[in-house]
Amino acid sequence: MSNVVLLAVLVLGITGALFAVVLYFVAQKFKVIEDPLIDEVAEVLPGANCGGCGKAGCRAMAEAFVKQGNMDGLSCPAGGSAVAEKVAAILGCTPAQAEPQVAVVRCNGSCANATPKSRFDGLQDCAFAHSVFAGESGCAFGCLGLGNCARACQFDALGIDAETGLPRVDEEKCVACGACVKACPRGIIELRSKDVKNRRVFVACRNKENGANARKSCSAACIGCGKCQKVCPFDAVHVENNLAYIDFTKCKMCRKCVAECPTGAIHAVNFPPLPPKPTATPQTAQPVATPTKVEEKPSQPAAESPKE
Amino acid sequence: MKTFAMGGVHPEENKISTQAVIEDMPLPKQMIVLMNQHLGAPATPIVAKGDKVKVGQLIGRAEVPMCANVHSPVSGTVLKIDTCKDPFGVAKPAVYINVEGDEWEESIDRSADIKRTCDLTPAEVVARLKEMGIVGLGGATFPAHIKYSIPQGKKAEYLIINAVECEPYLTSDHRVMLEHAEEVCIGIEQLRKALGVPCAYIGIEANKPDCIARMREVAATFEGIVVEPLKVRYPQGAEKQLINAITGRRVPSGKLPIDVGCVVSNVGTTFAVYEALQKNKPLIENILTVTGKYLPSQHNYKVRIGTTYNDIIKHAIGELPEGTGKVISGGPMMGKAVSNLDAPTVKGASSVLVMDEKESRRAPETNCIRCGKCIGACPMGLEPYLFSAMVRNGRFEDAGQHNILDCIECGCCFFSCPANKPLLDEIRLGKNKYRGILAARKK
Repeated sequence: MSNVVLLAVLVLGITGALFAVVLYFVAQKFKVIEDPLIDEVAEVLPGANCGGCGKAGCRAMAEAFVKQGNMDGLSCPAGGSAVAEKVAAILGCTPAQAEPQVAVVRCNGSCANATPKSRFDGLQDCAFAHSVFAGESGCAFGCLGLGNCARACQFDALGIDAETGLPRVDEEKCVACGACVKACPRGIIELRSKDVKNRRVFVACRNKENGANARKSCSAACIGCGKCQKVCPFDAVHVENNLAYIDFTKCKMCRKCVAECPTGAIHAVNFPPLPPKPTATPQTAQPVATPTKVEEKPSQPAAESPKE
Repeated sequence: MKTFAMGGVHPEENKISTQAVIEDMPLPKQMIVLMNQHLGAPATPIVAKGDKVKVGQLIGRAEVPMCANVHSPVSGTVLKIDTCKDPFGVAKPAVYINVEGDEWEESIDRSADIKRTCDLTPAEVVARLKEMGIVGLGGATFPAHIKYSIPQGKKAEYLIINAVECEPYLTSDHRVMLEHAEEVCIGIEQLRKALGVPCAYIGIEANKPDCIARMREVAATFEGIVVEPLKVRYPQGAEKQLINAITGRRVPSGKLPIDVGCVVSNVGTTFAVYEALQKNKPLIENILTVTGKYLPSQHNYKVRIGTTYNDIIKHAIGELPEGTGKVISGGPMMGKAVSNLDAPTVKGASSVLVMDEKESRRAPETNCIRCGKCIGACPMGLEPYLFSAMVRNGRFEDAGQHNILDCIECGCCFFSCPANKPLLDEIRLGKNKYRGILAARKK
């Protein structure tokens, strides 16, 4: 009896020792040496894995930081300057941070400006609606308002405004990770420079149709008249395919185009009211020239019944 | 009675416009002819502003193989060449024509007598179909000259004529068979000869006994045309299901009917083929049903292609009735809601279906209970509930592995779902996304 016990202990003990030796050499052979800095850097990164830096996630970004040894060309938009300083302290380099940006919504097709002419009752997904029809207002370039951008935002910075039906960006929370830009099937959202005073001038329209057709679906559409291009002293505004675009690298925020735009498609955000003109605009940048009201089409055919 | 092997549903038939004789729709004041009325690239306009055109004159030429010629449906002056929003609001190239009189091209035979003999060779038949801009009128608007040019190494064994009309409400094919049975049979005979097959089968569902009787009576005077009554079941009119019902063959995933030796044409197309071959008339008119339970009257019209939906509705019923929920182009199962009634009709349009608010409204969605009704209803043997979950979680690649692209979008899953989940919408989204992935990979 004791023989059996002894034998069992011996067999198991010897095989165990054998495996231990094999495993030791295998572990030595295939050892992965990882820089402990990677763990440290990963620790201070936000850990949201938002992909705003262009890497697969925060761990991949930490690896990139450590591999490079400095912060040139790499930045974490979600972390901002606080995280940049921490990373710089670990790496022992000067903190660098890309110019802070913010998401802007380049559509002003609110329920009031672009009155819905039909009602969509299918799957509440912008990508699907985009593949099925032009949109409730008839504008094939405008916001569909079904919230793909809001669902893509991991920072709770985007939400669909119940009143306008358009996405609204919370500038405090937005880290410019670009998730909403990718989620929008119509390319309405763009990342633009935050500027020192957090001011922006941009064309809130993407409609490339000619003026008459654009106005049919939305009263605040860019009609491609080119007045803004003419008035701009800095060559920042260009009209292409019936649509104006303001290049924020050239724009000096003089707001001449805002006053000139006949439809109010150009928005100026976070500016104090213009002092000299009595009709000057408050923050939300209503057009100075009140848009001439286009004649409503009598009994616009309601595809699906008109919305209240 | 024959039917297809797998899945299918039987929605309420609602064929309320069967007794309405085909009427001619009067010409509108202005015509908008889209250059993109078919599957493939748009035709190139060959007229300019101010040109005078006649009925049947070529105005858009097919310059690539996957394209079809477009002819003027009216006589008059070209107003402009511009874009026009289609029924779903998407801008497409179009020719606007101001209608003046009704002057036809001299080459078109407008007499009412039926011409039975035809001495065109198969190659000439295909060339004529191309010249006359014939496309499949079953809904997919596939250019006919491509369908009837059998690729090298493949052989057609069956010609199947789709007279199933399994969609509820639609009756245009029904009326064509009753009123133009002989013309349809002549068209079928020419197509059969062009393909070199011994026999053509006309599949008709058993809910149209008058059509079956009439077509049998006429087909008896022709050689090699067999009328095949089929059990009533949606989507029997889908190409793959009809092939399965009549021949028992199954088109493998990703293949075309010709890979199993079948060519399928809609009965409306055969009528257009007759007119193109025997009367030299291009595809400028189609038969359209104007129907709806709440409409004061039901109609079947012969409409010049390019008449706007508003013109059709105005002529048929005056105003849209109070409480209209949706106007649908096509049947209630596969048709699409029209969001722009100023848009013109196209070659493939088969009906204007008006639904009231109650009938058109979708029921509120609840949770999937894994009952499997959608799987039982799917005629392609797919698993719609699984696609739904995959698409909601962004797993488009997995959906592709489960053959999401085989979906024919018949809507049986959505129809049968007790939780009212928008299964078909999700599958369409998944198909789009997966196609995008495949295209990106190809690059």
